[in-house]
Amino acid sequence: MFFQQFFAQVMNGLTLGSTYALIALGYTMVYGILELINFAHSEIYMTGAFVGLIMVTVYKLPFAAALLAGMAGSCILGVIIEKVAYRPLRKATRIAPLISAIGVSIFLQNAALLIFGPQARAFPANFNSVSLNFGLVQISSLQLLILVISVLLMVTLHFLIHKTKIGQAMRATAQDKETAQLMGIKIDRVISFTFAIGSALGGAAGVLVGVYFNSADPMMGFFPGLKGFVAAVLGGIGNIPGAMIGGLILGMAEVFGAVYMSQYKDAIAFAVLILILLFKPTGLMGQRIQEKV
Amino acid sequence: MRMNYYLQVLTVLGINIILAVSLNLISGYTGQLSLGHATFMGIGAYTATLLTLKLHVPFLLSLIFGAAVAALFGFIIGVPTLRLKGDYLAIATLGFGEIMKNILLNMKITGGPMGLRGIPKVTNIYIVAVAVVIVIFSLNRIMISRVGKSFIAIREDELAAEAMGINTTNYKILAFVIGAFYAGIAGGLYAFLFRYINPNNFGFMKSIEILCMVVLGGMGNTAGAILGAALLTVLPEFLRSVSPVISQYRMVFYGLLLVIMMIVRPQGLLSGTSFYPRYPRRLSVEKSAGKGGQ
Amino acid sequence: MTLLEGKNLTMIFGGLAALDSVDITIEEGEILSLIGPNGAGKTTLFNLITGVYSPTRGSICFKQKEIINMKPYDITKMGIARTFQNIRLFGEMSVLDNVIIGQHCRTRTGVVGAILRTSAVKKEEKKVHDRAMEILNFVGLDNEAAEKAKNLPYGKQRRLELARALATEPDLMLLDEPAAGMNPQETNELIELIGKLNDMGKTVLLIEHDMKLVMGISQRIMVLDYGKKIADGPPEKIRNDEKVIKAYLGDRTRKEVQAC
Repeated sequence: MFFQQFFAQVMNGLTLGSTYALIALGYTMVYGILELINFAHSEIYMTGAFVGLIMVTVYKLPFAAALLAGMAGSCILGVIIEKVAYRPLRKATRIAPLISAIGVSIFLQNAALLIFGPQARAFPANFNSVSLNFGLVQISSLQLLILVISVLLMVTLHFLIHKTKIGQAMRATAQDKETAQLMGIKIDRVISFTFAIGSALGGAAGVLVGVYFNSADPMMGFFPGLKGFVAAVLGGIGNIPGAMIGGLILGMAEVFGAVYMSQYKDAIAFAVLILILLFKPTGLMGQRIQEKV
Repeated sequence: MRMNYYLQVLTVLGINIILAVSLNLISGYTGQLSLGHATFMGIGAYTATLLTLKLHVPFLLSLIFGAAVAALFGFIIGVPTLRLKGDYLAIATLGFGEIMKNILLNMKITGGPMGLRGIPKVTNIYIVAVAVVIVIFSLNRIMISRVGKSFIAIREDELAAEAMGINTTNYKILAFVIGAFYAGIAGGLYAFLFRYINPNNFGFMKSIEILCMVVLGGMGNTAGAILGAALLTVLPEFLRSVSPVISQYRMVFYGLLLVIMMIVRPQGLLSGTSFYPRYPRRLSVEKSAGKGGQ
Repeated sequence: MTLLEGKNLTMIFGGLAALDSVDITIEEGEILSLIGPNGAGKTTLFNLITGVYSPTRGSICFKQKEIINMKPYDITKMGIARTFQNIRLFGEMSVLDNVIIGQHCRTRTGVVGAILRTSAVKKEEKKVHDRAMEILNFVGLDNEAAEKAKNLPYGKQRRLELARALATEPDLMLLDEPAAGMNPQETNELIELIGKLNDMGKTVLLIEHDMKLVMGISQRIMVLDYGKKIADGPPEKIRNDEKVIKAYLGDRTRKEVQAC
């Protein structure tokens, strides 16, 4: 009995954690290239959920189509945000794009509030979730689906970054923008592409979480967005495998922490953040970067 | 009746001015972006209110004690986060604000989501005016001193500031503590004006509103922060009187404002005039430049 | 007397040794130059001495006190000042304020004092201000005191860096390529200025590529190559050192030089 509950919690933690990991990837990829915390990422995630929701409820499309549409919607939004709100500020002070990002986030959140209203909407998955039994481990088919999709997306990302030409360009740009440019890499395109991929992953997370909790609302991005960021910092910001591991650890910490103090569930992530900042500011897999003097 | 309304708006303006100039100290002069300034305001408000309601401490003492507790929290949050780069600070202050809100919502003594009621109305335009004058006066004195110059040096180049012998971590914490103290005063005044507070008065949206005032008027410019506070206090009131529907769009407007200001005029409306308070006249540059030449 | 002594200094960045077991001694009152090709580890050595980095191995004693693991601001207070290779002024502040900030570690006004502006505070302010003008006068920037630092032309910015470092009242000054980007006339003025600093009793450690400057004012020269010390001695000895010529000028250049 104990083991059954324990494994059920582990599965909950993995499911939640894999969505945090998807969100964290968006933060980490953008930070790796621009050294910018893309505050609007939580709203990109929310937008993905709403696009998916509209596909399912209005157009009665199957889940797979909703997931792809959500990813596409977030992808387009992310690219537009970068073009409009960040690109003009690339040579500005460090604080300027950060404030601009906060502005975009506030704008999108409140625009969504005006359009959709503050109340949460049901987000049906359009398929029957059944409970699968593997001896001690019990898992719902919905959880399994979320895990499988997350893993597939992350494997695809890994392939994209390490085996393709654009991935190579991304890695080069993250290392050194100027040199990459001298090597003939069009860094504007690379940055757009990074936003596109990161945002699509965020949108996928939005749809998956929306279906998981059967709910979507304009403020839904706020906490997952922050937690995705914490996961990115936990893994070492700018580090892609780190973001995945950070997401999983945070998901586990939250699920098991909530057993003891459920009303402070959302505070756990911040406690984790403060602890990392105090003891290992570079994160679990990050490297110590020293400022050039 | 109309007169009362104007006085009320002016009183709120005074409180907002204190909030804006104190955030400007942290984010504008010292260059540390804080997204949790309303939290310090809330700590000041709750502390002052509880002291008055439960312990019957007199108003002025409650106000000062509330500010001191806010400053203490500024220290507690500043120590772990200010050792790191500004982006982390932004998130950490945001997270800290959410934790505080979480705690306020769950504690009995703070009335949970219902907040605290029945606070005596003490704050009026005169008290706020005096507070504004004291805050701006003391802030100016700090900014023309060695301490203020160190703040600006940290914003300009942290590494060079260290090479000049400035303990940058301590000074960043100091800026945070002073800013939190002023915000605590504003919070106390707010509580004794509206006579009712709840955790949502001091949430993320309020922090963003204060940030908008500073960004609009001019980062690192006290006069700019005052102008920003004035515009963002009076404008919504005006719009509400024109059409109540528009006030619904306020936060959308704030979001756009931040983006547009950063792209079009990142230094704010007032910058370019005077960057920080002038020298005391006795030490004016021109005068001594003549004296210094041999 | 030895002012600073670094022993066995090693700094490894990501597996590569930027500095490899370097010993350095600086005698009180001398002008010591540090030369070597780009990437030889000169600036890294500066960063170790000023506490920006902690070395992977080794020790540094300044005035008989270990300064490794001390913070940069504490090291400045002990009497080491530096300028930066890529100018790092407080651009939005006035030239005067840049020098006033330099005196930070020699002054003490705190928040309460600043608000009350007691007579002691005013006195300190006046002292700091007058001293700053004196220093600006010394480097020839007194007419630009009210200018924003970022508006100064390049050569003057370099001099302001020097003035700012001088304001910290150092015993040892670390100058990182102070003549970079200067025209010959400005360089001559700089040579004169460094000479004056030395006459005032300041010990100088200089990184410079301008050989005329180095040979002209150094009492001793230390040569780094690939993180290792390859020579250390008076200018005339360094000039004829086979290893130095090979490392610094390169074989081909050397032949060209000899062919001339």
